[in-house]
Amino acid sequence: MQRTDEILKIKDLHTAFRINDRYYDAVDGVSLTLKRNEILAIVGESGCGKSTLATSIIGLYDQSKTRVQGEILYKTQNLVSLNEDHLNEIRGSEIGMIFQDPLSSLNPLMRVGDQIEEGLIYHTKLSSEERKKRVLELLQQVGIQNPERVARQFPHQLSGGMRQRVIIAIAISCKPKILIADEPTTALDVTIQAQILDLLLALQQETGAGIILITHDLGVVAEVADRVVVMYAGEIIEEAPVREIFLHPKHPYTRSLFHSIPQMYSSSDRLNVIQGMVPSLTNLPRNGCRFASRIPWIRKEAHEKNPHLHEVAPNHFVRCTCWKEFHFNRGGNT
Amino acid sequence: MSFMVIQDLKVHYPVRGGIFNQVVDYVYAVDGVSMEFESGKAYGLVGESGCGKSTTGKAIVGLEKITSGRVIYEGINVTNKRNNRKSTFNREVQMIFQDAHSSLNPRKRVRDIIAEPIHNFLKLSPKEEERKICELLEIVGMPEDVKYKYPHEFSGGQKQRLGIARAIATNPKLIIADEPVSALDISVQAQILNFMKDIQNEFGLSYLFISHDLGVVKHMCDYISIMYKGRFVETGTKFDIYNNPQHIYTKRLLSAIPQVTPIGRERRKRERIKVENDYREQYKNYFDEKERVLDLIPITSTHNVAALPKGVI
Repeated sequence: MQRTDEILKIKDLHTAFRINDRYYDAVDGVSLTLKRNEILAIVGESGCGKSTLATSIIGLYDQSKTRVQGEILYKTQNLVSLNEDHLNEIRGSEIGMIFQDPLSSLNPLMRVGDQIEEGLIYHTKLSSEERKKRVLELLQQVGIQNPERVARQFPHQLSGGMRQRVIIAIAISCKPKILIADEPTTALDVTIQAQILDLLLALQQETGAGIILITHDLGVVAEVADRVVVMYAGEIIEEAPVREIFLHPKHPYTRSLFHSIPQMYSSSDRLNVIQGMVPSLTNLPRNGCRFASRIPWIRKEAHEKNPHLHEVAPNHFVRCTCWKEFHFNRGGNT
Repeated sequence: MSFMVIQDLKVHYPVRGGIFNQVVDYVYAVDGVSMEFESGKAYGLVGESGCGKSTTGKAIVGLEKITSGRVIYEGINVTNKRNNRKSTFNREVQMIFQDAHSSLNPRKRVRDIIAEPIHNFLKLSPKEEERKICELLEIVGMPEDVKYKYPHEFSGGQKQRLGIARAIATNPKLIIADEPVSALDISVQAQILNFMKDIQNEFGLSYLFISHDLGVVKHMCDYISIMYKGRFVETGTKFDIYNNPQHIYTKRLLSAIPQVTPIGRERRKRERIKVENDYREQYKNYFDEKERVLDLIPITSTHNVAALPKGVI
């Protein structure tokens, strides 16, 4: 039963960028699965490889500068080894993508209706009239009040929230099985963000798609996700169901992050600061626990030599063993 | 005692059109805003994009022309008189910008960037100036040898620190911080916020903290003003706004903020939908027929709400 629910399976994915004739892994051995009807949140700070992971799945990387190894299995096909033509058949129809900046991902010279129709032309056999009807249906589905008018408008005539709705309409136009949302609400105001998140949830219940939600906003994750993957320096460092990870975070990085957020309903005077900086791609520590240098007050023996993901509770995975000894460094870090 | 008062500040942009490019209408970016600043306190200005919060900040420091209203600094009217380089107002009110990268001149070294306000306002000998620069870098926690580097050599958080170093170079009384952390990652954001609190305690600074992030504003500020369509809909202490919001817009804004816990998210969603419906139904009770936000009326000594006098409990 469980097996059939899995719609995407990533096995040991390495995505490397070429810098000065050497390849550096930005995504370093990531394995994960996405189930039907599930919202999987991928969380991490900038540079942790979360967006790279998304572009690897959908094949939107610069071929000449990127090397992708590993397996991304979708319906028995390995997306990594597919050529551009085959990928084009899947992109947009089976896997939809929602980008962060709604203005720069829409064509400014094309009417909104035509942009939504584009995907239908490529991926469906609908007649021109049926397509027009479907476009209006989609606009209605994403909560746009007067679809006929909006379909004739250009992107610059719409507000940010409306543009993001259009992007979502494009992404779901061919009823994809997988939806990848890369920071879908980061550019929006909180009230609009709440509307867009509610919309995503409603659409998911309707279509049963699996959604990969990439974000750095832990509030958004807490509101909508089912399962959470935390990434740091190209690796998954913790993976758990949403309640588990928010109530019992284990990895030092996850715990530090939670303590860094200024929260509405708690009032500690000082926020936790993670010592040091996120290492850049070219000098990532590739051996041992990658977070070790940022928690130097934890003794070295606490870390594993080759940190693996361990199942510490049902469906709760944590990399390395340092979480057992981790405690916050009170006072001593400025 | 307030050292700075803003009275009925208005910034209107003309909209031109027609045959002779006449002024056909105005955009009321800021439309009648009043504030008072006391030393050592932090004030938050919260609102959605386009509500006029950044324009208010810029108008106060003189980066936008004020249409009407007055800015009174220590008893002197300084409205639209910012050309005087030696005025105490220019020296003592400084600004930190959202995008630290584009607010630093890419062709200048860190040393020259920080030295600029010192040149303008303080008469120091070259030696003293050098010492002052090192002092400032130490305050923002950066090593001395960064003096000869260029802005692009730093990370986002470090650039924001340089922006802060420049702002505190002239010992200001008030710093206007326009979304100082919204471009930063959570852990870097925590660093900058802690640091801004430290220098506030150390130098008795006041902040005008402009942000759309209510969590950050709550963490930093004593008084909060909620802005919508160029006007304040509600002002009060942190406690007034978060625990006893009165205006329907404030309630809507607060209910839209995602909470960092998955517990009770179904309940929060129902609440949000209820507030959203209330907002639609009660909209006309809080706005006049031109959809303008009503005037503020006091409900306690610190708490003001824009509403009809009888509409408030």
